Amino acid sequence: MSGLVIDDVSMTFELPNGSKVEALKNINLEIKEGELMSVLGPSGCGKTTFLNILAGFLAQTAGNMNINGHEITGPHPERGMVFQHGALFEWMNVSKNIGFGPKMKGTPQAEIDAKVKELLDIVGLQDFGEKMIYEMSGGMQQRVALARCLANEPDVILMDEPLGALDALTREKMQSLVLDIWKKTGKTIILITHSVEEALLLGERLLVMAPRPGRIHKEYRLPFAELGVGADLREVKRHKDFGPTRDEILNMIWDMEEEIMGRTEDA
Amino acid sequence: MGQEIIAVIGTTLWMIVGIIGIFVIYLAVSGLCYFAHNLYSRRKESIKGYTSLKTVTFGDESSVTANRVASIAAVVTLFLLWGIATGSKLLPPILPGPFVGDTSFEYTATNATGDTANATVFVRVHAAANKKAEKPTITGDGGAGFAKADTVIVPERRTKIIKAQNNDDGGKEAGFKVTAINGQAIAPKQTVPFKDGEVYMTAKGSLSVRPATGVTMEALYLPPPELVWTRFVNVFQNGYLGVGLFENVFWSLIRVVIGFTLGCLFGIPLGFAMGLNSWLRGWFEPIVEFMRPVPPLALIPLIIIWFGIGEQGKISLLFLAALWIMTIAARAGVSGVNIAKVHAAYSLGASKRQILSKVILPNSLPEIFTGARVAMGVCWGTVVAAELVAAEKGAGKMIIAASKFQLTDIVIIGIIIIGIIGYGIDVLMRIAENRLVPWKGKG
Repeated sequence: MSGLVIDDVSMTFELPNGSKVEALKNINLEIKEGELMSVLGPSGCGKTTFLNILAGFLAQTAGNMNINGHEITGPHPERGMVFQHGALFEWMNVSKNIGFGPKMKGTPQAEIDAKVKELLDIVGLQDFGEKMIYEMSGGMQQRVALARCLANEPDVILMDEPLGALDALTREKMQSLVLDIWKKTGKTIILITHSVEEALLLGERLLVMAPRPGRIHKEYRLPFAELGVGADLREVKRHKDFGPTRDEILNMIWDMEEEIMGRTEDA
Repeated sequence: MGQEIIAVIGTTLWMIVGIIGIFVIYLAVSGLCYFAHNLYSRRKESIKGYTSLKTVTFGDESSVTANRVASIAAVVTLFLLWGIATGSKLLPPILPGPFVGDTSFEYTATNATGDTANATVFVRVHAAANKKAEKPTITGDGGAGFAKADTVIVPERRTKIIKAQNNDDGGKEAGFKVTAINGQAIAPKQTVPFKDGEVYMTAKGSLSVRPATGVTMEALYLPPPELVWTRFVNVFQNGYLGVGLFENVFWSLIRVVIGFTLGCLFGIPLGFAMGLNSWLRGWFEPIVEFMRPVPPLALIPLIIIWFGIGEQGKISLLFLAALWIMTIAARAGVSGVNIAKVHAAYSLGASKRQILSKVILPNSLPEIFTGARVAMGVCWGTVVAAELVAAEKGAGKMIIAASKFQLTDIVIIGIIIIGIIGYGIDVLMRIAENRLVPWKGKG
């Protein structure tokens, strides 16, 4: 059995002042191999907590998470992670960053070199292997982060707002790149984002989460990711269903935010 | 207590006046140089580049770079002021120096019966370095009547008391006294000026000869630059008290290097341990937090009691000076690691050991280097202080020994060398930092 099974996962913790926070409540989800899923929700809905539990950085307080038939108990190279600000190792050059995972496993250097070269091609940084991280722009750094994650050949790629810090044009290019990689490698990708458009473009499945307690509010299955592979994303945005879906989700999140604001004001 | 505090306040006020005076002089020279520089550079093309196009420069720190002309002029000014204040031979005389040479004055003596007679006192003022000055010769008759001429030898800037009436006829009788100098009346505890100085009459009627001291500083307080230079050449060639200049500096440096290395060797792992393990952090925190604010100099007495004045004591002291700084720097380095990087490394399959060597260690290097620079500076200061207290060899030992013999020039040489080496250490550390952690501040 392959894929990711999330079975009734909850996460509750206590604040220093004694009050309890239900960051996640009864999450049930099954993600098949090769699926591209985006997760959307207002701040505080637990989407980052959810991703951290999946990555193995946090432990859930109830329920089970299984991948490929075994339980998730901690971080593992089968689940690669791409962070918002790259989290690259600035004391290494681009090639060493990308080859970090295989090197830790003790892969022979020649193999690592071949793999790094291939990945540099995929992310479009052929001539930048010897550059240091601090010499590169934010968009390029995110390409390196993607390549570093892919070098380890994870089964699942978890992305925590990977494009959130980029400017609009770079972001669009990176969105195409993510779609390309998804199609070429067939990896399962779970992507957290703040942007509704990005969630629509980069999600075969789109999960809208709601806060307090953090839970899955609604799930969509969308055609846009498939349409967007190798195509102009601006064209995809002109699809007749794109606008209405976007507005529907925006309203949904708007209402949630309003509700939170109201509740905080009452309190 | 209350009076002491008032005295301290008074001293402080005087110091403020003095500090303001020094600043005013230095700034005035600076202003003159600036004016001159502006006159000169107006004719030339001004600086090019992006910064020159900025219109807002006041308040924009990045557009303020040190003006190298000003730096050079400031150092030259410092040397000039030094030369002027000490009456350096390298410069034309600007401030009046102390009187040196032969001079004389006439005194009028009155004997018991009320008769008066004049006689001359021949004064020879010799340079401080001249130890074999001979008595001046009496020229002319030197005296008339019962008063007889006198001679006196005075070193420059010093005074000499003479009993001028001693050789006069009847000078030892009661009622015989000196009543005027160069025709000007004088009484006990009064001062009368003459051509090249002044004469003061003591309470017992003796004359205190005070040749003019000028306003330049005495070599005992501040020797002129050329004296310091010749002394430097001398000490460089022959050493001081049997120890070469190079040897003294070398021993100070060796102590610093050993103490600092030991401090790093133990401090960095300790800091890592404190940053990675909560038991060890709890275990070591009280002592680290307590020892950090204790100045290493305060440990010197204890170190001497424990280890004596040998090398062990000094190296222990420097080890302790570096240890806490390095511990805290390494701990700060670990806590400064962006957690996302550690998470990323775990997700990429790194083991704890690999995380330590491949992520935490390189990521804390910038902090460790900052700490190392501070520790090196503190060690250098501490070693000099420790050598002042007790040492066989070393830069500090050299200057404290010289100060006991009032060899101010050696003290100044020592201070300049200590300063240059301290600066050199910092420059070397910065170069090493740029080489080894080029990503510092760019993460």
